[in-house]
Amino acid sequence: MKMMTRATVLLLALATAACTNPDRFGGGGAGADGANGVNGGLAGSASDPTSPQFFNQTIGDRVLFAVDTSTITPEGKTILDGQAQWLLTNADYRAVVEGHADEQGTREYNIALGFRRANAVREYLVSRGVPSGRLEVTSYGKERPIEVCSQESCYAKNRRAVTVLSFSAITS
Amino acid sequence: MFKKLMTLLFVVLLGTQAYALEIDLRNPQVEPLPIAVPAFQAENAAAQQVAADISRLVVQDLTGTGLFREIPPNAFISQVSSFTQPIAYPDWRAVNAQGLITGAVTVNGNQLVVKFRLYDVFAGTELGQGQQLVGTVDGWRRMAHKVADAAYSRITGEGGYFDSRVVFVSESGPKDNRQKRLAVMDYDGANVQFLTDSSAIVLAPRFSPNGDRVLYTSFESGFPRINVLNVANVGRQQLATAPGEMAFSPRFSRDGRQVIYSLANGGNTDIYRTDLASGQHVRLTSAPSIETAPSLSPDGSQIVFESDRSGTQQLYIMPANGGEARRISFGEGRYGTPVWSPRGDLVAFTKQNAGRFHIGVMRTDGSEERLLTSSFLDEGPTWSPNGRVIMFSRETQGAGGTSAMYSVDISGRNLKAVPIQGGASDPSWGPLQP
Repeated sequence: MKMMTRATVLLLALATAACTNPDRFGGGGAGADGANGVNGGLAGSASDPTSPQFFNQTIGDRVLFAVDTSTITPEGKTILDGQAQWLLTNADYRAVVEGHADEQGTREYNIALGFRRANAVREYLVSRGVPSGRLEVTSYGKERPIEVCSQESCYAKNRRAVTVLSFSAITS
Repeated sequence: MFKKLMTLLFVVLLGTQAYALEIDLRNPQVEPLPIAVPAFQAENAAAQQVAADISRLVVQDLTGTGLFREIPPNAFISQVSSFTQPIAYPDWRAVNAQGLITGAVTVNGNQLVVKFRLYDVFAGTELGQGQQLVGTVDGWRRMAHKVADAAYSRITGEGGYFDSRVVFVSESGPKDNRQKRLAVMDYDGANVQFLTDSSAIVLAPRFSPNGDRVLYTSFESGFPRINVLNVANVGRQQLATAPGEMAFSPRFSRDGRQVIYSLANGGNTDIYRTDLASGQHVRLTSAPSIETAPSLSPDGSQIVFESDRSGTQQLYIMPANGGEARRISFGEGRYGTPVWSPRGDLVAFTKQNAGRFHIGVMRTDGSEERLLTSSFLDEGPTWSPNGRVIMFSRETQGAGGTSAMYSVDISGRNLKAVPIQGGASDPSWGPLQP
């Protein structure tokens, strides 16, 4: 029984990883038309604190929002504090903050709401010292859910702002 | 006694109504009008098949409105063997046909000639004059739509909508990796043609007033931007906006020269207007709230849009050049995606209330709100050219949820899916074709 529980936990953990990881949507989706994000692809070990992997998994690349709001939660602030610290240490990275909404809403409104969320994250990171020129925002509205059920458990994960890193020397 | 008299009067009035070949579209209780459409005469051998196809499609268009019902050909007493032969009205009255449409078709190479006549059977007269249309064999569906439009228009006294096209988003793939392409189709789902590939998310296409161009939102760059696409040659051009500003939710002005749209700068979304020729843009709203989904009145003087300035999404009307806006939606729930009707009297919208979505209409002062549909997710209404039918997107719930296009009469009747392959969303109904 104990073995069973452990196996289930492991499976669940794997399933969660499989669900939440590919925010870049593989080949044909937003990954192809998004910015040159490295969150899903670029190597580096999660134990190396300068790697994007560490940013994505150990710090956390996303914050979640309550229904129809763009207020950063206390949990969100902890994650964003970590993101800001990382971005200040790893000055060669830029980021696009992508705002998303759940499917309960009209298309245009959800795009505008996604912008609000992405911008709330950007403003928070800037308030923690990240130069504003390194951060862009975009919004996919309800076009790119990561969870597909029509229940709050999925909606809660889809109402998100994801900080997508890209590696580039900063000009200008 | 008075009541009895009123009932009698009512019956007499109804009686008159039933014998005139006309449909009053303002009367929502209308019974489908019985029509007979004998197979159109093939005037040469090459026209055999297309003559039969055209008459079937005329019937499909008319009965598809819910306003007509077909008298089945096997009930006919009289056959029509020549387009010029006099009509045996008693035979058509006997099968209770109120309207009769006859036609003749000739094919010469790729040229198609269609002649038709419409008769008021009970009055024993022709309604309007016989008409001849010339087109191509490939374009036979359009010819049938034109015949049906003419019949619809003579009987209802209003413009038709069958010979029109709809631009929409064709969808495929799972919900978390949906592929979207722009496509156009005939109003009935036939002749689907793709305008873009699926390499980037595309949303909410809008036809220009004469149907020559399409505005849409593309995520090609990873940021939403507005493109203008030329339907004939599929050439594309990006709408000029300032850097760092992301644009979506566009619509053409009635003259097709300007675009009203939403622009997000930082976290704030407002409404702007851009002149396509000069690229000059004007900001029309400046509030910290979300202002989006603008739609112009037919006379171009006002804009209806949605805003959450009150705390939730609601509908507002402002002058076309900006200025003070008045709220028009006051029911329960949230209102979005307003679209001004071609006649100017109504606004169609999406309403979200108590976990359901509805397509509805209200007068431009917000009165007489009527909800036409209800489902897990209905959104994005678009008007038929004559303002009598609304098409919209309906998405089903759950992991396997898919999107389809539906149409519904503004009376709330005749709800039906547009029959096309695969998923589809965001229809925009174009004009009646010349």
